[in-house]
Amino acid sequence: MPAVVELVDITKVYGSGENTVRAVDGVTLRIERGEFVAVMGASGSGKSTLMNIIGALDAATSGTYRLDGVDIGELDDDALSLVRNRRIGFIFQSFNLIPRMSALANVELPLMYRGVSRSARRSKALQALASVGLGDRTHHQPNQLSGGQQQRVAVARALAMEPALMLADEPTGNLDSRSTADVLDLLQRVHAGGGTIAVITHEEEVAARAQRVITLRDGRIAADEPTFGRRAGSVDWGARP
Amino acid sequence: MILWESFRSGWQAIIANRLRSSLTMLGIMIGVAAVITLVAFGQGASNSISTSIQSLGTNLLTVFPSDPNRDGDIVNPAPRDLTVADAIALSDSARAPDIAGVAPVKTTSVNCTHGERSYRTSINGTWPSYYTINNSVLAQGTYFQNADVLDARRVVSLGSTVAEELFGDQDPIGQQVVCGGVPYTVTGVLETKGSSGPFNNDDVILAPLTAVENSLVGYGPLNTISVQGVSPERINAAQAQVFTILDERHGTDEASRDYDIFNQANLLDTINQALGIFTALLGAVAAISLLVGGIGITNIMLVSVTERTREIGIRKAIGASRRFILLQFLLEATVLSLIGAAAGLLLAFGASFIEIADIRPSIVPASVVAAFVISVAIGLFFGSFPANRAASLRPIEALRHE
Repeated sequence: MPAVVELVDITKVYGSGENTVRAVDGVTLRIERGEFVAVMGASGSGKSTLMNIIGALDAATSGTYRLDGVDIGELDDDALSLVRNRRIGFIFQSFNLIPRMSALANVELPLMYRGVSRSARRSKALQALASVGLGDRTHHQPNQLSGGQQQRVAVARALAMEPALMLADEPTGNLDSRSTADVLDLLQRVHAGGGTIAVITHEEEVAARAQRVITLRDGRIAADEPTFGRRAGSVDWGARP
Repeated sequence: MILWESFRSGWQAIIANRLRSSLTMLGIMIGVAAVITLVAFGQGASNSISTSIQSLGTNLLTVFPSDPNRDGDIVNPAPRDLTVADAIALSDSARAPDIAGVAPVKTTSVNCTHGERSYRTSINGTWPSYYTINNSVLAQGTYFQNADVLDARRVVSLGSTVAEELFGDQDPIGQQVVCGGVPYTVTGVLETKGSSGPFNNDDVILAPLTAVENSLVGYGPLNTISVQGVSPERINAAQAQVFTILDERHGTDEASRDYDIFNQANLLDTINQALGIFTALLGAVAAISLLVGGIGITNIMLVSVTERTREIGIRKAIGASRRFILLQFLLEATVLSLIGAAAGLLLAFGASFIEIADIRPSIVPASVVAAFVISVAIGLFFGSFPANRAASLRPIEALRHE
C-alpha cells in the first residue's frame, strides 16, 4: 500500500532573479496511513507553503509528490480539484465555512461536488455532524455558531469526505482553550478510528497530541521525531543534574 | 443536482443583496419593456394604417388615364380616353376571369344645396357595382340599381360627411338636394368610412353615371374605372387581365400606354414594408437600453465575484471544478436578467393599454420571445466574463483574500 503522502526533494521557489525566495527547499517526507503528524515551525519557516503543496492547492517548483499513490505534479486545475475532493479533508484556521449556508449544507457541499446522491449525502452529513456533537445545530448558519462550533462543522465536513488525509492548518489558532481541547479531542478520535492526519501548528499543545513532529526551519526539515522522544528529551533535559 | 445547487447559491447571492440585485434587474427590466412596448407601438401603428387601407378594399384596382408622352418623346401619337366601352370590355368574365366587378367613374366637383345649407363636394357618377367594389355600404336607404343607370334617374347616395353638412340631424332619405343647379332625390346615406391620411372618404356623393353625364359633365371621357379582383390573392392576375384587354382595345403596349393602374394591394405592401422598417428601428433603439442593462449585469457580477473570492477559494479547496464555479455565476447572472425580463414584460403589458394618438399598441409575440431569449443571452454573455474570472481564481490566492 502506498504512503498517503510521499514528497521527494520538493522545492518551492517564489520570485525570480535576485529576489528568489526558496520557501521550501528540498523536503523529502513520507506520511504513512494512520499516522498523526504535526508540522511545526516559526512563521516564515515554509510550513504554510508545504501545507499548500501537500493539500494540492499549490504546485511545487520541482520534486515529485505522490498523494495516496497519485502523482500530483502532472495534474491540471480541474484534476487537482478532483484530487482534493476525493482525498483531502481540509480544516482551516479561519474555519472557511461558506456563509449563508446551513451547517448541513456546508458539510454536504464536497459530497455534492463528488456527485453523491442527495439522500446519501444527507445521511452522511448528518452522521458526521452528530459525531462532532452538532446533531442539534444542523440548520444553523455559520454566523449563528461559535468559533468552536464552526470549527467542529469544518471537521465534520472533512470527516464526511472520508479523506485519505485530513489536513489541518492551525486548526485551533482562532479558538479559546476549551474549544481547542474539543477540536483536538476530535482529531485524536479520528486518528484512533484509523484516519491519517497532518496538522500544521506552532502550538506545543497541539503538537503534543500527534505521534510524530516534523520541525521546519528555513524551508528544510530540521527535526523529525516521534512525540514520545520529544517528551523524553525534555524530561531528560529537565532532569539533567 | 449540480444545476439545482448552482441555482440555489446564485439565488442566495441575489437575495442577500436585494437592493443591488433589484437595481441591476431594473436595467434589464427597462430594456425589455422598451423593446416590447416600442415594437408593440410600431405594430399598432401598422395595424391602424392597414385597417384603414383595407376598408377601402384590398382587391381594388383603379384604372386612370395617363399621358404616354409625358417624358417629351412621342411614343403614342394618338392616346385614347377611358370609355364606358372599356369598362364593358373588362366586365367580360370569359376574358377576365379574375375580375369580379367593374365600375366606370366620372367625377366632378359640385356645389350642393338643401334649403339654406350649401356644401361643396365631389359627385361620382358610376354603376351600382361601385358600392361593392369600394366597400361602400349604406347606413340607411336603398342602393341605386342598374335600372336607375339605364333611365338616368337623378337619385343619389350621400357620404356621411355630406349628409351631415346638408341635413344636420334631419333624415335625408326622400329629400331633395340641388347639385350644380339640378335636383336629385336622396335615396341612401353611406356608412362612415373615416379618413385615410388627408383624404376624407365620406366627403362624396354617388349617383348613376348617366344622370351625372346628362346634368353635370356631359359624355366625355371617364375619370377612372374601378376594378375589383375576385380575391386579394388574385389581384395581380386581375391586373394582368386589365392590361391585356385595354392594351388590345387601345392598341398600346407597356411603353405607349395611355392609362395606368393603381393597385391598392401594392400600396398596402409598400406601407407595411415602410412600417416594418420603422418598427425594427424602434426595436433596435430599445435594444440598446437592453445592452446597457447587460453591462450593468457584468458590473454587478464582477462585484459579486470580488466579494465572494474567499467563498470561491473554499469551494475550490473542497473540490469544486471550474465548471461548477462557472455555472454558479452564469446562473446567477441569468437569473438576474430573467427576473428583470419578467418584470419588464409585465411593465410592457401594462403599457400596452395606453393609447397614443389613437394608436393602440399591439404586443407582438415574437418580440416577447425575442426579448426573453436576448435577456438570457445577455445574462450568459455579460455574466461569462465575471464567471470566468471566478472560475480561474487560484484557490490558494482566493483563500488568502480577506
